[in-house]
Amino acid sequence: MKTERRQFLTAGTAAVALLALGRWAGAEAQERVLSVVARKFVFLPNEITLKLGEPVILEFTAFEVVMGFNIPALKLRTDIVPGQIARLRLTPAQVGSYDFLCDNFCGDGHEDMNGRLIVVA
Amino acid sequence: MERNFDRRDFLRLAGLGGVVFASGLAGCASYGASKTSDFSFVQLSDSHWGFNGPAINPEAGTTLKRAVAEVNALALAPDFIVFTGDLTHTTDDPQVRRARMREFRAIVADLKVRDIHFLAGEHDASLDRGAAFMEFFGPTHYSFDYRGVHFVALDNVSDPAARIGEEQLAWLKADLAGLSKQAPIVVLTHRPLFDLAPQWDWATRDGDQAMAILLPYENVTVFYGHIHQNNDHLTGHIAHHAAKSLIFPLPAPGSQPKREPLRWDAAHPFQGLGYRAVASTGKDVPLSISERNIAPG
Repeated sequence: MKTERRQFLTAGTAAVALLALGRWAGAEAQERVLSVVARKFVFLPNEITLKLGEPVILEFTAFEVVMGFNIPALKLRTDIVPGQIARLRLTPAQVGSYDFLCDNFCGDGHEDMNGRLIVVA
Repeated sequence: MERNFDRRDFLRLAGLGGVVFASGLAGCASYGASKTSDFSFVQLSDSHWGFNGPAINPEAGTTLKRAVAEVNALALAPDFIVFTGDLTHTTDDPQVRRARMREFRAIVADLKVRDIHFLAGEHDASLDRGAAFMEFFGPTHYSFDYRGVHFVALDNVSDPAARIGEEQLAWLKADLAGLSKQAPIVVLTHRPLFDLAPQWDWATRDGDQAMAILLPYENVTVFYGHIHQNNDHLTGHIAHHAAKSLIFPLPAPGSQPKREPLRWDAAHPFQGLGYRAVASTGKDVPLSISERNIAPG
């Protein structure tokens, strides 16, 4: 999945929606970049705290096998391919706590590879 | 040779020690009672042979063997057995994976019923796209007919991203194309074909496409594994039934933050572990399903 493409997550489809903004080449200077490493069998960090309304870019890297990053409640996901940077840009639209997980089976411990995105006011 | 048991016999013989209920395939009579006849099968699932976790199952080395003995002792011997995935516990080592499959195969060779249909789980197949599984157990998706019922085995695990994939979906559509919309169909698979708990990876990424193919058919029942507990769900008129595991139970979908295995209870050994027996009486009644527990002691 190409995460650089425009991505829409409309608030109308879910009460907990995040809004993905603009094109990748847009106002990058206004966006905070957060790096996330996916390795067997943990996300580093596995707890990500964002501020309500703050545009951010999540940059993912993996070094072993193809991983997945998925926040099902927000219908937001990307593959993380070793050697490539996967990016998701989003602006939290609602305070809350959202579970994320690796959704590409990656071995014994895959079931424990999860975390939480927390949106604070 | 035709079996001469009726639904009442099944409830009496298979229901001992288990919970019996009815599901799916109602309306078979309208398809033509003459085309179907009595039979039963057993669903085993999620034995995770090779798993090592004494706090979770100190009897990991015997649980599958107990299940084999119990199935062999059923008063009503099943016509065949289906095994819906995660036969073995995953490992990064291809040789260990094959050793576990070899050991598993040797254990289930003790089943008196020789007609066994195997499916893969992600622990068997996701790290090598089903290569080892196919060496030992054959294709990962296929169909067969038994006494008027069409069985379809779907593979939603060989792709580590939990996709059935366009090629297999096209195969499914073609496989069903020759059937009447009233034909009795049983789908066997590992992961749920619907979004049971996506936050726990209890879903199939393109399961909705499989359901779109199946929904025009009026008599479809899905039996699956993966979630290590009984769970019943309806997608329109199609019933989905998850089976117990033969290694450890998991918590109810979304009931706690993490999907950690339930720990072994020494006061209630083998609690939450079991298998199911399913009977088709081939008449104007739904399938009879008997949920059975591994007996302690």
